[in-house]
Amino acid sequence: MKKIVLMSCLAMCVAPAYPQRIDITPREDVARLTGEQIYTHICQGCHMPDARGAAGAGRYPALAGDGKLASAAYPAAMVMNGRGNMPAFGPTLTDAQVADVVNYVRTHFGNTYIDSLKPDDVKTFRPVATPPEKH
Amino acid sequence: MGSDGAASMTRRDLLRMIGLAGGGALMYQAMTSLGFAAESPYRKPPPLQGSGRGSVLILGAGLAGLVAAYELGKAGYKVKVLEYNARAGGRNWTLRGGDEYTELGGYKQRCRFDEGEYFNPGPWSIPYHHHALLAYCRQFGVALEPFVQVNHNAYVHGENAMGGKPQRMREVQADFNGGVAELLSKAAGKGRLDDLVSKEDGVILLEALRGFGGLDKDYRYVAGHACSSRRGYAKDAGAGPGGEPAFSQPVSLHDVLGSHLWKSLGMSGMYEFQTTLMQPVGGMDAIGKAFVREIGPNVIRYNTKVTGIAQDERGVTVSYEDTAKPGHVQQAKADWCVCTIPLSILSQIPIQVSEAKAAAIGAVPYWGSVKVGLQFRRRFWEEDEAIYGGVTATDLPIGMISYPSHGFGTQKGVLLGAYTLFLEAYEFTAMDPARRIRRAVEDGSKIHPQYAREFENGMAVAWHRSPGTLGCFAGWTEEARAKHYSDICSMDGRIVLAGEHASYLPAWQEGAILSSLSAIDALHRRVVVEATA
Repeated sequence: MKKIVLMSCLAMCVAPAYPQRIDITPREDVARLTGEQIYTHICQGCHMPDARGAAGAGRYPALAGDGKLASAAYPAAMVMNGRGNMPAFGPTLTDAQVADVVNYVRTHFGNTYIDSLKPDDVKTFRPVATPPEKH
Repeated sequence: MGSDGAASMTRRDLLRMIGLAGGGALMYQAMTSLGFAAESPYRKPPPLQGSGRGSVLILGAGLAGLVAAYELGKAGYKVKVLEYNARAGGRNWTLRGGDEYTELGGYKQRCRFDEGEYFNPGPWSIPYHHHALLAYCRQFGVALEPFVQVNHNAYVHGENAMGGKPQRMREVQADFNGGVAELLSKAAGKGRLDDLVSKEDGVILLEALRGFGGLDKDYRYVAGHACSSRRGYAKDAGAGPGGEPAFSQPVSLHDVLGSHLWKSLGMSGMYEFQTTLMQPVGGMDAIGKAFVREIGPNVIRYNTKVTGIAQDERGVTVSYEDTAKPGHVQQAKADWCVCTIPLSILSQIPIQVSEAKAAAIGAVPYWGSVKVGLQFRRRFWEEDEAIYGGVTATDLPIGMISYPSHGFGTQKGVLLGAYTLFLEAYEFTAMDPARRIRRAVEDGSKIHPQYAREFENGMAVAWHRSPGTLGCFAGWTEEARAKHYSDICSMDGRIVLAGEHASYLPAWQEGAILSSLSAIDALHRRVVVEATA
């Protein structure tokens, strides 16, 4: 990841060339994204690359130094099911990926929680499929 | 999959499945088919019978807020609008050379388009059946021109289809129709349809298939007059010696099916995208500006961030800060409140409403969307490829390229270089604006190699980072609608909500307008009842 960032910084200084590919995950590869990749490809859109969030008419909460991360269950449930303007990523990510991205956020951006989630830990937050409608 | 299974799937599941199967264009098509297809029920201006009395605070100066301010003001109410941005219009917005835009995170862009060039980062087209919006355009003298959605000479493109070479939509459409028509004719000829259609209908069906598919006299879809009159010619008809046209060679049904390019064909037939679509001359923001002109001066307070909404039996009190003086809370009071703040933001503002309404406000996440406008020094799509307006669909992350519907034959042009939704929107949002633009240029170069030489500059708008909306449009699911929609729309004491989020036309300007008309009608009825009580 670092290498890609560095290369693109260089490219920005040498206009007007577009030599290198900017990563977008092919849909079939989404299930292989690591926690860090999920953060940089999805989460940072709103929570920002430094995880400090942002404020306009409303705000995106900072994840850096967020006391609510003390319990891993809270971010796991948020990622899985969403709340308010936070979308649910349960349908997009596997249990392992939800655990992975939560573990990533809880050990980066100044967060230093050492307990880590396993895929089985987040399974409980996955909503049960609604039964088919009766006609 | 049985019909029960399909009915039980959440909208999100469905979109994800479609997304995994197809490209961005298909997602776009699918999105618009899920709850977007209702024709606008609008027929005439709202019947605000009797004269209004008292005051109304309107939160948000997007189209919903502007409609409320205009109509209620006209009906005799004292109206005041509080708007977060330094401009009115909300998502009704146009970027031009010299404009500056700072998205959340502090990423600042300065638009470098040439004089006369523009880009609509939000809504960009008006279907002919969006009667309310069109009626306001007519009323306010907003000049409209055709918006080209379907262009048979634009491309359908798949990275792994036909060697990655963009195919003219005309050819894929003709080959798909021709191949299917020939297949059905063969089946009929072998008596395979005998138990499905009567003998008389069978004869008519064959005749219809020949016309529909461009089949020859023997019901074959082969190179020749009928086929080329639909898919085009290897050499167009000319004049003089050598003027004779040369027929083109159709692609077999097997190859068309295997290319999966047919997935992009359906969009042109969908209700929202059927001819005629329109756009305001010079940019979509002409509509918002017309409302501001009609409403008159000193009604809208800009740079105003709402921080709390309270009500009691006597009136509504809204707390706000001037964005230049954060922390310095002021208050505005009125008898009534029309709140058009997007739910993405309203869900974070303390608001004194029923528990059910508060729950509804917090139950709708917003979809993202990213649009990238690219200026080119030469309209190569017109000069080199005879593409005048319309959409090229691709399964690349950019989703589509749309060519300007105006300024045909002029030198430069700004095209829509990316329109992403869902997963691609998240990924484009996660990039800084410069990277989004470079990615759009990189993807687009695979369809138009001219990009490399002709690209000048661009603007990229990621709606999740839009400070005034924190998203593109309300992401209703069928479950959420069943549970919460009526609570979003109900009048709660002295407060009523409006916006595209309170409509069955999400993301469309028509939804915002109809919602506002419905909200002010409810408000006005309440006032009339109180006055007669």
